[in-house]
Amino acid sequence: MAVSVELKDIHVSFDTLEVLRGVDLAVGEGETVCVIGPSGSGKSTLLRVVNRLQEPDSGDILLGGESVIAADSDRLRQRIGMVFQHFNLFGHRTVLDNITLPLRSVRKLAKADAEEIARARLAEVGLADKAPYRPSALSGGQQQRVAIARALAMDPEVMLFDEATSALDPELVKGVLELMAGLAERGLTLIVVTHEMGFARQVADKVAFMDRGEVVETGEPGEVFDHPSSPRLQRFLSQVL
Amino acid sequence: MDTFVNTFFNWDYIRAVLPDLLRTGLANTLILAVFSALAGTVLGMGLAVAGLSTKRWLRWPARMYTDIFRGLPAILTILLIGQGLAVVARNIVGRNPYPLGILALSLIAAAYVGEIFRSGIQSVEKGQLEASRALGMSYAKAMLLVVIPQGVRRVLPALVNQFIALVKDSSLVYFLGFLTSQRELFRIGQDLAANTGNLSPLVAAGIFYLVITVPLTHLVNYIDKRLRTGRRVEVDQFTQLTVSGKVA
Repeated sequence: MAVSVELKDIHVSFDTLEVLRGVDLAVGEGETVCVIGPSGSGKSTLLRVVNRLQEPDSGDILLGGESVIAADSDRLRQRIGMVFQHFNLFGHRTVLDNITLPLRSVRKLAKADAEEIARARLAEVGLADKAPYRPSALSGGQQQRVAIARALAMDPEVMLFDEATSALDPELVKGVLELMAGLAERGLTLIVVTHEMGFARQVADKVAFMDRGEVVETGEPGEVFDHPSSPRLQRFLSQVL
Repeated sequence: MDTFVNTFFNWDYIRAVLPDLLRTGLANTLILAVFSALAGTVLGMGLAVAGLSTKRWLRWPARMYTDIFRGLPAILTILLIGQGLAVVARNIVGRNPYPLGILALSLIAAAYVGEIFRSGIQSVEKGQLEASRALGMSYAKAMLLVVIPQGVRRVLPALVNQFIALVKDSSLVYFLGFLTSQRELFRIGQDLAANTGNLSPLVAAGIFYLVITVPLTHLVNYIDKRLRTGRRVEVDQFTQLTVSGKVA
């Protein structure tokens, strides 16, 4: 089940550095929004605010129209899956255990049930045969697919991707992007921080451009990439395209 | 040459001390080391977690404890606790110095083990905690299931080294004046050496220490190598595959 996400006037500061300066972002139910922008523009912080890994100084977060800013953060995170740039798989556990551990400890599932879900999710990402391996035995692309399977196993309403392909070798990027595109097609709500402009153009329903802690421009991919209105976005696109 | 052999390797004295070393000394040294290692590990883990806490009222006492017990000579701590508690807390701890020896060794070990655990936990990448929290785990659960197991794995060699140090330090409880049946390896060797004026019983005790510590040293090297080069993955119950951790 997908759900809408709305960020309202989000402010985040680290000491004297203002990282997010009044950010608004609306993601419809089942929509895919790609967040693009230069390094240090606040994209990752924005994503971490959604599941409150980063608590905002002020502003509101709405899931399905309901404010979750004061909700229990552990419960909130059970509704939101997150995939990180460096995979963050648990190195001391097998691939299978990486998926069953949160199912058993957070969702309190029985071992057999957790394993059934884990094997099904691994099969979905094409890695059913990797269940007994340690993450270090897998390629970067495979590790990221396991991380996606781990997040999906929790049955999230929203998925967050934080530069999920940035740490991968070029030949491994495609497989992960295809998997993410498949999730978008299935109607999950996705917020994707990415440098993959091709993916943003083809898969996103909406693209948000961030610079210096602000969402400068938001629109459909065609508008944003072909007719950027702000000089900052024009300059950014001229550098990356 | 004869004098050298007679002073250090007099077979008669060694033969005389062997039964006591084997029956009494070895058992007591192992009991002192193992019990204080267990208690030190439990207390050390508590100190490590408290020392890493964001709460000042947890962090400061843990740091102070560590500074004090690491900063004092072991013999001084053993005497203060072993003799001091025997006097001021006689009603609670009794007059038997043996458990007090274990307590003193445990308190000293905890300070070192705590620092070892703390460095191990701190070496685990921040992303591991973040990923756990992002999956909905509480801080405590994330630490217990994800961060601490990985941190401990990384410091296993240092922990075994600490146990070796504890085996050797157990000889210091000699100063508490144990009963005959409570004597550890050093004390037994020392008693006969003092009575005979010959160092061979001490050499025999030393050999016993080496029998314990040398295999442990090799165990450290083995664990260290395994941790650096990867390990074999468990056999999967469905595919019955056994694969090396280095398989691509």
